[in-house]
Amino acid sequence: MTAKAQVSVSEEGETARVRLAGPWTVAAAADLDGQLKKLRLKSKRATLDLSGIDAIDTAGAWLIRQAAKTLVEGGVSVAFAGADRQASALLETVGAVDQDSNPPRKEPPSFEEMLARLGFHTAFAIREARNFLGFFGLTIETFAATALRPVRFRFTSFVFHLEAVGLNALPIVGLISFLIGVVMAYQGASQLRFFGAEIFVVDLVAISVLREIGILLTAIVVAGRSGSAFTAQIGTMKLREEVDAMRTLGLDPVEVLVLPRIAALVVALPILCFFSDILGLLGGMLMAWVNLDISPQAFITRVQDRIPIRHFWVGMTKAPVFAAMIGLVGCYQGLRVKGDAGSVGRLTTRSVVQSIFLVIVADAIFSIFFNLINI
Amino acid sequence: MTETVISVRGLRTKLGGKEIHKDLDLDVRKGEILGIVGGSGTGKSVLMRTILGLIKPREGSIEVLGRKVDPLDRKTMLELERCWGVLFQDGALFSSLTVCENVEVPMREHLDLPSALASDLALLKIKLAGLKAEDGRKIPSELSGGMRKRAALARALALDPDIVFLDEPTAGLDPVGAAQFDELLQNLSKNLGFTVFLITHDLDTLYAVTDRIAVLADKKVLVTAPIAELERHPHPWIHEYFHGPRGRAAHDSAMLVARS
Ligand SMILES: Nc1ncnc2c1ncn2[C@@H]1O[C@H](COP(=O)(O)OP(=O)(O)O)[C@@H](O)[C@H]1O
Ligand SMILES: [Mg+2]
Repeated sequence: MTAKAQVSVSEEGETARVRLAGPWTVAAAADLDGQLKKLRLKSKRATLDLSGIDAIDTAGAWLIRQAAKTLVEGGVSVAFAGADRQASALLETVGAVDQDSNPPRKEPPSFEEMLARLGFHTAFAIREARNFLGFFGLTIETFAATALRPVRFRFTSFVFHLEAVGLNALPIVGLISFLIGVVMAYQGASQLRFFGAEIFVVDLVAISVLREIGILLTAIVVAGRSGSAFTAQIGTMKLREEVDAMRTLGLDPVEVLVLPRIAALVVALPILCFFSDILGLLGGMLMAWVNLDISPQAFITRVQDRIPIRHFWVGMTKAPVFAAMIGLVGCYQGLRVKGDAGSVGRLTTRSVVQSIFLVIVADAIFSIFFNLINI
Repeated sequence: MTETVISVRGLRTKLGGKEIHKDLDLDVRKGEILGIVGGSGTGKSVLMRTILGLIKPREGSIEVLGRKVDPLDRKTMLELERCWGVLFQDGALFSSLTVCENVEVPMREHLDLPSALASDLALLKIKLAGLKAEDGRKIPSELSGGMRKRAALARALALDPDIVFLDEPTAGLDPVGAAQFDELLQNLSKNLGFTVFLITHDLDTLYAVTDRIAVLADKKVLVTAPIAELERHPHPWIHEYFHGPRGRAAHDSAMLVARS
């Protein structure tokens, strides 16, 4: 088997003798393919002599078939000689699967195809928006039905998810909020110092944390850690046909899977938001104390005297709305999973991106709204 | 004497604190189709994965094609991977690649083929495995269960292996599809001359294609023998296996086929 596989030609008169020798296996296929491509015959008849072949597999047999076919297409009549039992069996097996029906190779996309793709994606986005709206309606309907018959509410599941999305998120939400409070106080102080208005750091930190930063940070963290988890959990169940099994058992997936999750988020997010507000203020207070010598006492007094409570309520009002959006997107994308495991990953990413996007859009709308009614 | 291509001696495997195999011996001869049977959870898949070097045994030795299987010896493992093809229980096709690309993976990994030649050879394997050329463009999630098994077989055959490992290839196929798969397997192994390590629960497959059958029970290989001998074996599980209602039905239909 150490001998090199090769093709040699001897032409005498009308008939060319093509001797194939050595191991005709897939390992030598690249080399042999090159040799056969260079094969040019002057004669009109050729005999392929296979007696020198000491090992052959399907790749080798296919190459021989292919060479014979090329010769025949060039007007040469081809005969085989010296094939042993294994070689002829392989040639037959390979010849049996018809070679002519190979589909053409893929062409690069044309302009029309690109246009069609653009149209497809546009239609897809519209359909997606409609489906999401439909899912929203379905959830509301199920919610109303459950509100009328509260025994149907999955309380155990609700508590489980409350722990997962609420309690377990406290450390990360708290830490991030605290650090952002520190950063804001520090940056604010370095700017306000120019005007001798250091004390306004308190207003800066308190208003921005209570109104915007606290709830936004919390919502983004929750979208990243719980919205994605919802999609992955429900998606995996969908893949394993657990959701279908549920339906056949008379269980409503929206009632069993979606409602407890969304309810847990709607309850947990305001609490997390409150926690985030407190930690953010603590961070700001610490920095103001260290950096500006504003004592915690003074900080708290100023917050109480100068910062109207409505800023806090503005932030808190947004919490349940954001929670519902994150939960809806997470569950909706989870239920859309189908096909393979890759789709779980894809839709989880989409769920996070979409919910963060929606949260920020909604936050902008809230800003305009609160501005209009002068809060 | 016929050559032995796989030889397992004194194998002991433990997984998750549970002993799966103990003092397990097994020989697979060159060119044969060896069926592996055993109740669910007796460690058939684990045995296959151990031979493939995916699980490290606690004790014992495994030799494949005269080389010692040692997961830590990358060089030997690379040579061996070149010589075997594997069909895992659920196909294990790469879900993000088309069927064609799946079959090309081992070729690209082990050989330096021009890409046009690789895709031509992949198409050949796909058609040998009984799929249509158009199916090569599809991704695994667009295939039915039977087609996925065939695609996985095409990938297992990509390098014209000496040994093909099949883990329950006909499980989940309809009887017609399963029978076609049996026929395909028999034809290919006869024409391409490879050895087959075939885990199966399908009694019809056992009757149709196997040369010998190894029975896995009590953590070891109880017997390795042709099916006719196993039918007379006294061990209760083996007796029940071949003489239960399904065993008898498969036996009868095999006899019918043999006579006609
Ligand atoms: N990775 C693993 N960790 C722990 N236990 C395992 C693992 N893989 C398999 N097992 C156990 O090994 C036993 C044999 O499994 P397997 O070989 O898959 O059975 P089968 O014969 O049905 O193919 C089972 O009891 C299974 O629970
Ligand atoms: Mg198994």
